[in-house]
Amino acid sequence: MFLDFFYLLRVRGLDVSIGEWLSLIEALDKGLCESSLTNFYYLCRGVLIKSESEFDKFDTVFAEYFRGVEGESDLPEEFWRWLEQDARIRDINDKKALDSFLLELEELLKRFRKRVAEQKERHDGGNYWVGTGGTSTMGHGGYNQRGIRAGGESRHKSAVQVAGERNFRDFRQDNVLDTRNFQMAFRRLRQFSSRIDGEKTELDIDETIDETCNNAGNLKLVFGRPRKNTVKLLMLFDSDGSMLPYSEMCSRLFQAVSKSNHFKDIKVYYFHNCVYDHLYTTPRCRKGEWIETKWALGTLDSEYKVIFVGDGAMAPSELTRRGGNVVIGLYNEEPGIEWLAKFKKRYKKAIWLNPIRERDWEYMYGSHTVSQIKEIFPMFELTIDGLEKGIKKLLVK
Amino acid sequence: MANLMSTFKGSGSYVASKELMNAVNVSIALAKPLLIKGEPGTGKTMLAESIAVSLNKRLISWSIKSTTKAQEGLYVYDTVQRLYDSQFGEGDVGNIKKYIKLGKLGEAFTADEQTVLLIDEIDKADLEFPNDLLWELDRMEFYISETKETVKTKSRPIVIITSNAEKELPDAFLRRCIFHYIEFPDLKRMEEIVKVHYGDIDRRLLDQAMEAFYSIRAMKDIQKKPSTSELLDWLKALMLAGVDVDRIVSEIPLAGVLLKKNQDIDVMYEVKEKGYSLRRW
Repeated sequence: MFLDFFYLLRVRGLDVSIGEWLSLIEALDKGLCESSLTNFYYLCRGVLIKSESEFDKFDTVFAEYFRGVEGESDLPEEFWRWLEQDARIRDINDKKALDSFLLELEELLKRFRKRVAEQKERHDGGNYWVGTGGTSTMGHGGYNQRGIRAGGESRHKSAVQVAGERNFRDFRQDNVLDTRNFQMAFRRLRQFSSRIDGEKTELDIDETIDETCNNAGNLKLVFGRPRKNTVKLLMLFDSDGSMLPYSEMCSRLFQAVSKSNHFKDIKVYYFHNCVYDHLYTTPRCRKGEWIETKWALGTLDSEYKVIFVGDGAMAPSELTRRGGNVVIGLYNEEPGIEWLAKFKKRYKKAIWLNPIRERDWEYMYGSHTVSQIKEIFPMFELTIDGLEKGIKKLLVK
Repeated sequence: MANLMSTFKGSGSYVASKELMNAVNVSIALAKPLLIKGEPGTGKTMLAESIAVSLNKRLISWSIKSTTKAQEGLYVYDTVQRLYDSQFGEGDVGNIKKYIKLGKLGEAFTADEQTVLLIDEIDKADLEFPNDLLWELDRMEFYISETKETVKTKSRPIVIITSNAEKELPDAFLRRCIFHYIEFPDLKRMEEIVKVHYGDIDRRLLDQAMEAFYSIRAMKDIQKKPSTSELLDWLKALMLAGVDVDRIVSEIPLAGVLLKKNQDIDVMYEVKEKGYSLRRW
């Protein structure tokens, strides 16, 4: 069987699950690819890939695996058996063989799962189970010349090993995040109030009892407005320069915030290294595409919760000196740290998220400025854990 | 198996690509929901209607809004009605069943024959919405706690789910679906689609309109690109207005039907005139 295609997909970063793979097997078993490679391609894609943004990656892997597959002899034998034998024409004897094959596959997967479970307990596992457990047991089924490769060839990293690594990733809360993770965290940023206008859909029990009593015991229901989130959010992103390596993560964070519809209001501005007289309205930070910081401080009331996102790493002068702004032609009368203090004074609830890991804050370039900023705003690392801690801080009364 | 299941081959009023038909048939055969994504106006919702028509099954549509809860799709227990009835002594209040109203999902589950269930624009709902439906869609059953009844499907509905990608859907949910992305139709397929809707329309009018349409879609600065449904509306408008065919490409008459934003119309004319646009917003 072409199980190594499954592993190749995973090695190349496509997170195909065992369940999805078994679905594919089931589909092949039902003869859904109708003996054609093209149909097989679409079948694989429909069952295994769940986002159009990953189609491209899938195409590459598909091409890589089936590269040079032109003549029939180039394909793994089993694969052709799948393709050629449609359920409609498969005779009874063959079907039996197929069943036993599926059993073997199941057994293999069972073993695979067991090993993955083992791996979870032993963090040094990588080498252990590839070395000893590895291929010999896994390949024991013997129906695949290509087998599950472990070690040996370096065309791609050992599939089993990588599969193991992947398995960990979902469990680690502090790892790289996708938009959905961020969104889930942002949901906690809520403060409810019923002052906002809306349809009266919630039963008000106390009022209902009062009104019913006044109504001589005949039931009279009273409805009230449901409580809504009143949180207003001001987000300030450090953009450009030293933040480039983190741009993808910041973009995910931005996506999550802009897609959240439970906030009463969201304002997003950008700055370069530190906040001075202007806040940029686009991440490109160009002169002119901005608003005055003073205006923002004046217009956005103190109920806004402020989240700074930045690495906080800069030359000390950028933070503490007049004219410290590194952008040529922009002279700031007040040092950046004064501007930060103004934000602190205006907005009681403000935090700073740093994409750099907390353990590195003391040793990295810019550790001096980071520690100064930390004295003004509570600083958290930009991970799910950090974001959750930060949001807790924003919600403390 | 393959010969036993009903296969979808498109319908008279809907042009489906071969891949799309395959995806539909795979999802029917594997009894998994089919998740459809694609640009607005590529006929995602129409697909379910077309499947229902071509397989001669009843279509049940559940349009999702931002306030839709998973529970509503299963059933709603009308407590208020029951309370009122008990006050005024109307009806049999002891019969709770009378106050259990099945939602769209419940309707599809309890139907005697197989139905086509369309869950339209699932991404409009709350983030947790898809997760709340996992079990029900997997097992095709749910429990009504008020009457202590389990509702099981008699014959598993064909489930079509559409999404505009406004929100990301949870992994666990995606893993249970078959996925298909409807690509924007190319010229040849577009002509087929037009033909299905308007029959044989004037060849020259069609050619000119298509040329204009694809040239507008190719303009980078247009914010909201016109889609199939807009092209169809436009063709109809052109025919009704009796516009001179030679003016179509050069002047883009009735541009408001194709482009829904003022800036887009301005940009389009500017690009047509100068070949570029400097407007930015």
